[in-house]
Amino acid sequence: MAKVLVVTSGKGGVGKTTSTAALGAALAQMGQRVVVIDFDVGLRNLDLVLGAERRVVFDLINVVQGVAKLQQALIRDKRLENLWLLPASQTRDKDALTDEGISRVIAELRTKFDWILCDSPAGIERGAMLAMRYADEAVIVTNPEVSSVRDSDRIIGMLDSKTVKAERGEFVAKHILITRYDAGRASRGEMLGIEDILEILATPLLGIIPESQDVLRASNVGSPVTLHNADSPPARAYIDAVNRLLGETIAMTVPTERKSFMSRLLGRRAA
Amino acid sequence: MNLLRLINGRKATAPVARERLQILLAHERGLRGQPDLLELLRAEILAAVQRHVDIDQDKIVIRMERGPQVSTLEVDIEVPNGAHKSLAAVG
Repeated sequence: MAKVLVVTSGKGGVGKTTSTAALGAALAQMGQRVVVIDFDVGLRNLDLVLGAERRVVFDLINVVQGVAKLQQALIRDKRLENLWLLPASQTRDKDALTDEGISRVIAELRTKFDWILCDSPAGIERGAMLAMRYADEAVIVTNPEVSSVRDSDRIIGMLDSKTVKAERGEFVAKHILITRYDAGRASRGEMLGIEDILEILATPLLGIIPESQDVLRASNVGSPVTLHNADSPPARAYIDAVNRLLGETIAMTVPTERKSFMSRLLGRRAA
Repeated sequence: MNLLRLINGRKATAPVARERLQILLAHERGLRGQPDLLELLRAEILAAVQRHVDIDQDKIVIRMERGPQVSTLEVDIEVPNGAHKSLAAVG
């Protein structure tokens, strides 16, 4: 049974695309058949984060409009044979996305994949609404920062009212993914803590991704962080999150750098 | 908190963030799917006054304060003497 999962946030720049790539790759690494769809028409970036930017021929709008077949637009990852990308259009008007067209594309993808990850654009306009429209589950990416938490709350309200599931009187399963978390700053009272965010948003936690230089290193080279350095703290946090999505119970920790004995001894920072 | 301040030399700001969010979101959730009552009152009060008086837009001061329990709407309109609209104009 295929699952449609939207990665959303309201606010921009919190890590939706990074998280879509990391979660999608981790799912594929575990043997799931995964397609990630970029809904950010005009500002596509999932192709770049996945290192597939030079392989885009057709896009989501071409498929919606019937110009291209789904199989022609899907791009298979070069490293993970189970991971596919359906890119957004970089040039066309976002009004070309229609509810009916997206419904058709998602229905077709459901027959071919285990997971359909929809990378939502920022904001609450058409692209964001359509990205969440057919979702069974939602990952709400939130930074420990007031504007991000406020926008997440707004998005949660929309997931509970504007999705097909909500209209049928069912629920979209919602999960909070906290990104760019700095445990040190939170313990010093300089940053909202995990408990604060969960209490305010009243939504279960999927994972805590620590602030880390590994995220930028991975996107620099066009590789999901879970693939680029699977042992890095953010990668381990994403892998834990994916295991929870697959139904496993895993203790909620914030992964930290694994320091070797020598680097500990010398007091050096692990690279 | 005092201990934190001693160690840190700064006041912890996260509790402030938390409290501000709680107050704000309590409001925003209440308003979801319905028009903002304070906004509605402001618009209707101004419309009611404008039916009878020509008001200089610069002479209107509106303040809104949203609190956890009570919100206030303060509308301060300066009405010049003899500014009544004629009855004919009112209709």
